[in-house]
Amino acid sequence: MLEIRDLHVEVDGKPILKGIDLTIRAGEVHAVMGPNGSGKSTLSHVLAGREGYTVTRGSVTFEGKDLLEMAPEIRAREGIFLAFQYPVEIPGVNNTYFLKAAVNAGRKHRGLEELDAMDFMQLVREKMKVVKMKDDLLKRSVNEGFSGGEKKRNEIFQMAMLEPKLAILDETDSGLDIDALKIVADGVNSLRSPERSMLVVTHYQRLLEYIVPDQVHVLAGGRIVKSGDRTLALELERHGYGWIEQQGVTAA
Amino acid sequence: MSARAGAATAVPGGAQAAVEHYLGEHTRSAGSLPGAGTAWLRELREQGIERFADLGFPSTRDEHWRYTSVAPIAAQRLRVALPAPVPAPEALAPFLFPGLDAHRLVFVNGRYAAELSAPGSLPDGVHLDSLAQVLAAAPERARPALSGLALRTGFDALHQAFLADGVWLELAAGVALARPVHLVHLGVGAAEPALANLRTVISLGARAEARVIESFGSLGSGAGLTTAVTTVVLAEGAALEHFKLQEEAATVDHVARVEVRQGRDSRYTSHSVSLGGGITRNDITSTLEGEGAECTLNGLYMAAGRQHVDFHTTIDHAEPRGTSRELYKGILGGRARGVFNGRILVQPGAQKTDSQQSSQNLLLSREAEVDTKPELEIYADDVKCSHGATVGQLDADMLFYLRSRGIDHGTAQGFLTRGFAQDVIDRMSIDAVRERLERLVVTHVPGPESAQVSP
Repeated sequence: MLEIRDLHVEVDGKPILKGIDLTIRAGEVHAVMGPNGSGKSTLSHVLAGREGYTVTRGSVTFEGKDLLEMAPEIRAREGIFLAFQYPVEIPGVNNTYFLKAAVNAGRKHRGLEELDAMDFMQLVREKMKVVKMKDDLLKRSVNEGFSGGEKKRNEIFQMAMLEPKLAILDETDSGLDIDALKIVADGVNSLRSPERSMLVVTHYQRLLEYIVPDQVHVLAGGRIVKSGDRTLALELERHGYGWIEQQGVTAA
Repeated sequence: MSARAGAATAVPGGAQAAVEHYLGEHTRSAGSLPGAGTAWLRELREQGIERFADLGFPSTRDEHWRYTSVAPIAAQRLRVALPAPVPAPEALAPFLFPGLDAHRLVFVNGRYAAELSAPGSLPDGVHLDSLAQVLAAAPERARPALSGLALRTGFDALHQAFLADGVWLELAAGVALARPVHLVHLGVGAAEPALANLRTVISLGARAEARVIESFGSLGSGAGLTTAVTTVVLAEGAALEHFKLQEEAATVDHVARVEVRQGRDSRYTSHSVSLGGGITRNDITSTLEGEGAECTLNGLYMAAGRQHVDFHTTIDHAEPRGTSRELYKGILGGRARGVFNGRILVQPGAQKTDSQQSSQNLLLSREAEVDTKPELEIYADDVKCSHGATVGQLDADMLFYLRSRGIDHGTAQGFLTRGFAQDVIDRMSIDAVRERLERLVVTHVPGPESAQVSP
């Protein structure tokens, strides 16, 4: 589904990613872990198409198509979803109105009929259960005045509505207490399917107790220095990132 | 527009030519204007044209017109609009607010059009009529209200010289008008650019309450100038919510003045929305003459292409315990230019005045420009006055967030622009007005091709 080959990315002329190789097949959940400044967020943002990042070498293909050529909205319509680490508050833009436009943009792209107001609201009610969203959040402006937990739930709710092929969760656990974390993780797990892949980017192992990955990659200094199964996350937890950096040096 | 601008600079000594033209128009039209047989009204119009001969059009050397050149208007030889054929009722539809149940008066080229109007039944104590009708039936009644206007600029003078028709709304003490009054002013294109004048006189007795919506629109593509003068007098405890929606064609210029006098504990709320017009100038002045009066001025202007929109507001706190709240938002694309000048005057003795002003502007292109200026003059020491002004672009993080959900750039820009305008619209109390404005705001967002122009 997603193939990243030798990806090099700079921000303001400074190299951040220095040769990433990663393959995610349909239905797989991959976790990318790493210390602060290792390039985790850069990887998420480059995949979603945020401006300000320069790809200097390498390629990313998504279902055989060149992802890096696509505008952010086209990536989204093709099936990529980024759950933001810091969801943006957008005053004056109604949550439901925004979501309807997003859902219908995707449907149109896939040659499906746009949903009318009634069908859309039915879908909303069904998907709200996934993350136990409160009704009144729908009537508010996008993320405005939402608590940290509500914002993250809203991200997963949007994911449920948009039904992406590849979901990228950028530090979705940050700022969540354990109860909120469980709700969000349950929501994500309910969206796991043989057709849907996920890339879970996180600093802590904790999230991976709830969203169990097929593979874990450790990112350090802009490179993937170690890959393994879920036990790698537990080892990291025990030894800390210092351990992996030493390993990285040895491996290099 | 560019052709007109060229003409303006090409006529040296044009001022004298303009004066002669309007003297001629005055002679030509004097006998056919409403109330032509009434001596004081004839004199009032003569005062107007004489004053215009003295003043001419304002120039950018005048501090109040520094950022707004009216040379393109001065270069035109406007014909005083004569009664035009009344368009079919369907033509009115685009300017109505679906679902609005209102007392409706319609004016075409500045003259009352009974065929299109639906004043409905009015409660006792409410006098709503066309000004021409009042001038025909009881001219003396209108005399004090029409005679008191200070002619500060050539536009005021022209307005008075060709004073013809407009609206008379008077509420007796204690009367609350449940349904709003909707005044629709339509300009119908003619072969020559036309001058349409509208005078609105609103007077609310003690504790009376009303809501008035003024709409300005164009049919066809004729050019011209609309001058509108609205005077409002609010007695003790009276309340007026005053809406204005200006959506005339870009070939029509619009110069308007609102003068409000507020009695003790009265409330005046203005929502002024400017979307259309070539050069648009609005002067809104409220004087808080009684203690404890409240004045709220909300405004929204959207301009694209080469549109120019200028709001000059003055809130004059003359007595103690007055409250004023002012929020103006501007959205400018293309090569449009916006001006906001917000004057707050707190007179000696107007203690416990509480005043807040905010001017916020969104620039959607590199060539768009805005000049925003607060002007605070405070001569009392126990007051709370705050003001703030911002000018910015669309937030890149918000744009990316919307696009990352599949929404294209142009639509995302529309959402954010509407979002920016939303809190001004939210302050309006009439659902039907809010709903139509929300749609209008979206259609008036300068498109991606006229926004984001590369250097």
